[in-house]
Amino acid sequence: MTSLVVVSAGLSNPSSTRLLADRLATATVETFGELDVTHVELRGLAHQLTDQLLTGFPAPEPAAAEQAVREADGLIVVTPVFSASYSGLFKTFFDVLETGALDGTPVLLAATAGTAWHSLVIEHALRPLFAYLHAVTVPTGVFAATSDFAGTDLGSRVLRAAGELAVLMGKTGGSSGVVAERRHVDTDLAAATPFEQLLRQAGAPSSARTDPTV
Amino acid sequence: MQFGIFSVGDVTTDPTTGRTPSEHERIKAQVEIAKKAEEVGLDVVAVGQHHNPPFVASSPTTTMAYIAAQTERIILSTATTLITTTDPVRIAEDYGTLQHLTDGRMDLMLGRGNTGPVYPWFGKDIREGINLAVENYALLHRLWREDVVDWQGRFRTPLQSFTATPRPLDGVPPFVWHGSIRSPEVAEQAAYYGDGFFSNHIFWPASHTRQMVALYRRRFEHYGHGTADQAIVGLGGQFFMRRNSQDAVAEFRRYFDNAPVYGHGPSLEDFAAQTPLTVGSPQEVLERTLAFREYVGDYQRQLFLIDHAGLPLKTVLEQLDLLGELLPDLRAGFAEGRPAHVPDAPTHASLVAAANGPHDTTLHAVDDVTGTTDRDEVLA
Repeated sequence: MTSLVVVSAGLSNPSSTRLLADRLATATVETFGELDVTHVELRGLAHQLTDQLLTGFPAPEPAAAEQAVREADGLIVVTPVFSASYSGLFKTFFDVLETGALDGTPVLLAATAGTAWHSLVIEHALRPLFAYLHAVTVPTGVFAATSDFAGTDLGSRVLRAAGELAVLMGKTGGSSGVVAERRHVDTDLAAATPFEQLLRQAGAPSSARTDPTV
Repeated sequence: MQFGIFSVGDVTTDPTTGRTPSEHERIKAQVEIAKKAEEVGLDVVAVGQHHNPPFVASSPTTTMAYIAAQTERIILSTATTLITTTDPVRIAEDYGTLQHLTDGRMDLMLGRGNTGPVYPWFGKDIREGINLAVENYALLHRLWREDVVDWQGRFRTPLQSFTATPRPLDGVPPFVWHGSIRSPEVAEQAAYYGDGFFSNHIFWPASHTRQMVALYRRRFEHYGHGTADQAIVGLGGQFFMRRNSQDAVAEFRRYFDNAPVYGHGPSLEDFAAQTPLTVGSPQEVLERTLAFREYVGDYQRQLFLIDHAGLPLKTVLEQLDLLGELLPDLRAGFAEGRPAHVPDAPTHASLVAAANGPHDTTLHAVDDVTGTTDRDEVLA
């Protein structure tokens, strides 16, 4: 079966990083269909990953996690933002992976932070890292500040990113409704939106305007 | 089956006393340790080659020759000779000379080294590590087998009409082992030439060593040197022994916890479970060592790391006494059930016998004008 591995680097319990990881995993399964999902929670491997930095070989538990990632058909990776970047624990896990382990693997990038000031962390920190690792990154990254958990549009970004990951993982049966349609002003000119609809949308939650599945 | 010790020759502070030996002490200690190894009945002592502090072992053949002059029986070897950054012509000459001085009581193990900057210091590029090992050994192999070599490669000046002197003792080149922690290419190289393959073993889990040795054995057979179980395999090992297991653990823990390679990382217990490290009684070391066969098959050479991590010379010599006491049981254990067609590790004597006796391969210079050699003139 197609396998999805979800790597999350949250440190607290409960963790908003894990919460976001779970939402992304659920959305990916719903979009793709049946998937073999493995969760890799890095907190429990922290000591052994440090040991691996020093000895060069993994203890049995991190070895199993690293093998799962190496053999995954798709990855979701979620890190908290520490000091304006991914956490050290998150980086350590990808530091100890064998060279080439992520070659060509579709990866959905996600991050959590206390405030929206860090919202570009996916573009300036995570995407270069996974580009270096030769992974295929999903165009939509999902950043969630604490306030997003009380907002209205996190769900639409989760759906959009999960849909893009599902397509990269080989979802068949067309991508309509999964990946956002390409938009152009010609489309709007050919079929203008009736004003009654614009009026309805103006009063609706913001997700209704951008959710590609609507 | 050969038993011996190998050392990297590090200068490390004793974490229990804070005392750091001098380079002079460490170089002299290597000689004491080698003499003791012969005294307790070991077969092999191997020295390292490094070109940076905290290591003192930059000139292995010098140390080996000095040890050889003060011993009678023990085989001198290396762990390892750097085939990447040492000119293969110099290896041919240095070890060729050593072979004559020791009457063949030597061999060598090739490796790539453990320190990145050593490559640029010697004018090489670490990214070419495997290619350097492949090309340099291909040249070394020819230098010891062909009297006159024309050669051109990527990594050193071409050679025209070159003869490496001295020619091998009795016409038989020194036996070569290829050492590796984790590079399958090295196992393939050893198999191609029918040379020995030495798995470091001590820094990685047994599952990895099993795969590396299996690869070497399979390819050794593929290249027609014999059956897979006749391939020449060596393993590293690591122990700390006291008569009482608890004493061994209590004494070694502070050395382990501060060791340069794995210190401040996994616990002694975890590392001992994940690698061949055995800290305990002689009986425990015996049982663990005999079990190595279960995943690599019957093999030819077992070397132990006992001189490292700041252990004082006195302690290292005590470890050798204990190992000496254990040797009869180790030899008996490894002999048990060993098929007759599994060979011993090649020695100079066995290689000469396989070559149908000794041949003097001295190359006498030819006079450019008369076309005669010095010897012809003397004989005339």
